[in-house]
Amino acid sequence: MPILWLILIVSAIAAVGYVLGRARALQSAGGDSRNLHSLPSFYGANVTLKTLVPAVGLLIVWLLAQPFFVNSQVSGMIPESAIKEGSSRSLVMAEVRRTAFGLDNAVAQGNLTESAASDAQVDVVDVTQRLKDAGQVVTSDITQPVLRAAQSYRAMSSTGYTMMSVAVLVVALIGAAIGWLQTNADYRARNVVEKGVGVLLLAAASIAILTTVGIVLSLIFNTWEFFKLYPASEFFFGMTWAPSFSGRGGLSELGIIPLLWGTLYISIVALLVAVPIGLFAAIYLSEYASPRLRSVAKPLLEVLAGIPTIVYGLFALLTVGPLLLDIFGDSGLGWMKAGTAVMTAGLVMGIMLIPFVSSLSDDIINAVPQAMRDGSYGLGATQSETIRQVVLPAALPGIVGAILLAASRAIGETMIVVLGAGAAARLSLNPFEAMTTVTAKIVSQLTGDADFASPEALVAFALGMTLFILTLGLNVFALYIVRKYREQYE
Amino acid sequence: MTDASMQSPETGRHGVSLTAADEHTKKRAKAEKRFRAYGIAAIATGLFFLVVLFTSILSQGIPAFQRTVVSVDFTLNEPQRDEAEGTLFKTKAYSNLFIAQLNQELAESGISVDFDEAAIERLLGKVGGTIRTYYADNPDKLGEPVNFDLAASSRVDGYFKGRVSRDTMQDSRFLQKSDLDLVDALEEAGIIKQAFNWPFITGADSGVDNPGGAGIGASVVGSFFMMLVVLGLSLPIGVAASIYLEEFAPQNRFTDLIEVNISNLAAVPSIVFGILGLAVFIQFMHLPQSAPLVGGLVLTLMTLPTIIISTRASLKAVPPSIRDAALGVGASKMQAVFHHVLPLAAPGILTGTIIGLAQALGETAPLLLIGMVGFVARGYPDGFLAGFTEPNSAMPAQIYTWASRADVGFYEKAWGGIIILLMFLLTMNIIAIILRRRFERRW
Repeated sequence: MPILWLILIVSAIAAVGYVLGRARALQSAGGDSRNLHSLPSFYGANVTLKTLVPAVGLLIVWLLAQPFFVNSQVSGMIPESAIKEGSSRSLVMAEVRRTAFGLDNAVAQGNLTESAASDAQVDVVDVTQRLKDAGQVVTSDITQPVLRAAQSYRAMSSTGYTMMSVAVLVVALIGAAIGWLQTNADYRARNVVEKGVGVLLLAAASIAILTTVGIVLSLIFNTWEFFKLYPASEFFFGMTWAPSFSGRGGLSELGIIPLLWGTLYISIVALLVAVPIGLFAAIYLSEYASPRLRSVAKPLLEVLAGIPTIVYGLFALLTVGPLLLDIFGDSGLGWMKAGTAVMTAGLVMGIMLIPFVSSLSDDIINAVPQAMRDGSYGLGATQSETIRQVVLPAALPGIVGAILLAASRAIGETMIVVLGAGAAARLSLNPFEAMTTVTAKIVSQLTGDADFASPEALVAFALGMTLFILTLGLNVFALYIVRKYREQYE
Repeated sequence: MTDASMQSPETGRHGVSLTAADEHTKKRAKAEKRFRAYGIAAIATGLFFLVVLFTSILSQGIPAFQRTVVSVDFTLNEPQRDEAEGTLFKTKAYSNLFIAQLNQELAESGISVDFDEAAIERLLGKVGGTIRTYYADNPDKLGEPVNFDLAASSRVDGYFKGRVSRDTMQDSRFLQKSDLDLVDALEEAGIIKQAFNWPFITGADSGVDNPGGAGIGASVVGSFFMMLVVLGLSLPIGVAASIYLEEFAPQNRFTDLIEVNISNLAAVPSIVFGILGLAVFIQFMHLPQSAPLVGGLVLTLMTLPTIIISTRASLKAVPPSIRDAALGVGASKMQAVFHHVLPLAAPGILTGTIIGLAQALGETAPLLLIGMVGFVARGYPDGFLAGFTEPNSAMPAQIYTWASRADVGFYEKAWGGIIILLMFLLTMNIIAIILRRRFERRW
């Protein structure tokens, strides 16, 4: 039974439960709702909640747990001999899942009968051919153990889903029955329902914590795996980044230093573009501009922040890169070899960051009390002297916070560097050379065809961990500064 | 005392009039002007970048909405078809018929140019196959004149758009200089022309060697399903979380922990969410790769902080007197919130949600990691439910795929895709602004 139907049926039970619960409450009060403890609708809602919450909860838990369970069961069935040299159990399992999925689709399309798909004695060659006829992606020729495993995978999955459907429906019915039986005129339905809703609200708020826990756990777990395969000291202090491609053999050198250098260099270029422009724009908009200019220029600058990063990436790759190459390339000054370079990515990222710097600084400059300006004018200072010597020093901590936030954005930015910075990891001072960053390498290590269990793929998690800690540290520090500064004038 | 009042300013300034600016004052006035000029220059530079960005998007993207077609009236009668079906190379027979027809039309226009079958194949691809499938599907059209709009190859298209020119091109198996004579002749006869590129908007992605046939339609559908997931999950969860934090949460450590988490999640780089999606949804839970469902889940986690922050702001904007009044007439806290505060905050919540969705729609980096990029979306999903679980692409992922392909013809598609993406974002933002203008209440 498809899950959608299951959900619809449970919802239908809940809806019927609402009507019945409400009716039972009214009946027990003799048809006069004034005799009830709560409003009639609360009695209905009580039944609905007791139907939906346990049933949907069970459904979610089951959906999460079943693939995990089936996977470990089937994985244990694959004999050691079926795992080829250079392969791993997880790769074979991936193939088993693919085959099982293919069998499902082939049955659905009618290329294979249900009995043939689940028959353990079936001819492997024939099934493979039929799968290919059905347009299913089957990588290599399926071996006997893989087919056997795929068949039991299918069988276990389908019994699992049947059991799940039955269990969910039973739980829903039991919940509805309990809710309905509880219902009588003195039942404190409102208190129960409101408590239940309160718990649901709390659960929703806790998802933020769950997400953070999920991020941290998935990073730590995989980073740990990586450090089991590759020494941590070489990762943190290695000066070369040269992953070997999967299957070609050879040892990879996975030092993070060149990537960190590329990240920092590009971020610095970006900040050199964004900070002066953003800061002066913020000063002008908050101190000099007429309300009309401000109402036009501020939203226009903020458009720059609303443009997706893929657009900036393409802009770097196809417009800015070739433009810089014309000026600094072989036909011009001869400093640049290709359109993708630190300068290209940094410049475009700087454009993207202008509104971050300007909006945040604008808020902060506006928060400086007017009395401080008036005092300065009263002493005879000009407007620019006031800004430079009174307003900016007063706003400085906040502006530093804003710049740190922008820096954290720059470090975590992905699309611009993937498209605009190049792929070669190197330690160089020339801003017209291609370099690469932590984020770009996370993408390239995880989108290749490397095995998930190899150090070449797992290194991405260690990179992600580094990135996460780096940006988190910057953010916490920046927010601390900004908050502290705000309190000063409140 | 008298001494002090006796001193006049003139003596302090050595007899110089106050109205005439001295050196120092002039310097200060100049510094003031310079400072202002820096500000104006900064704003002008920012706006200049904006203009450059948009001109390059528009100038390079608009050609993607034009395509070059060869429009030929073609008539095939039954004996001709039977004869063609009887030969050994059936598509060749059809393309010979097509060439004869083309020759005839050229002759009618009084233009004569030499060309062979290979040239037609370079210009139009496998014409015979197209015609044969058409008549196999529509046997009733036999004997009637049918207008075929055949898409020209991407290099011919580039010739019309200025990407390929006679001087710089080199003969290859894709296009030869002599073919351009034929193209010019066809243009003179009005057979080859530019038309609006509907297949780009409605079509699916093509293989790596066929930029002309690539369309963005399938990935728009993929994005649509992703946004459905994001909306369906992040709106209820986000609103529930905000109500809890704003209205019910006690002041304790746990609440603080939630608040810190939300503000930090809002600043976590999007690629980290991609890693989370890869590790949890694909590695651990074995959800299908490249599926809009997984993309939607990842983007939901990313959008939640945005929606929670804006929802809390609009809940906070509802004055406490509303809550007090509700409580005063006997409503419970829950009733006061759900019956009174929430409806009043709804426009603000909706605006925040739309802006959050717009952000999610343009997000690319997490999609790279969950496999929406390597996948070539060749068709539409089979049905509503399949739309969530079948592998598909999404708009930004599709644009990235095109940008990283080797053939220059795809760059035009990438820019065109960006125009479509930006149009969606613009529409969403305009709706948000209208909602805010129309329903915003100042208390």
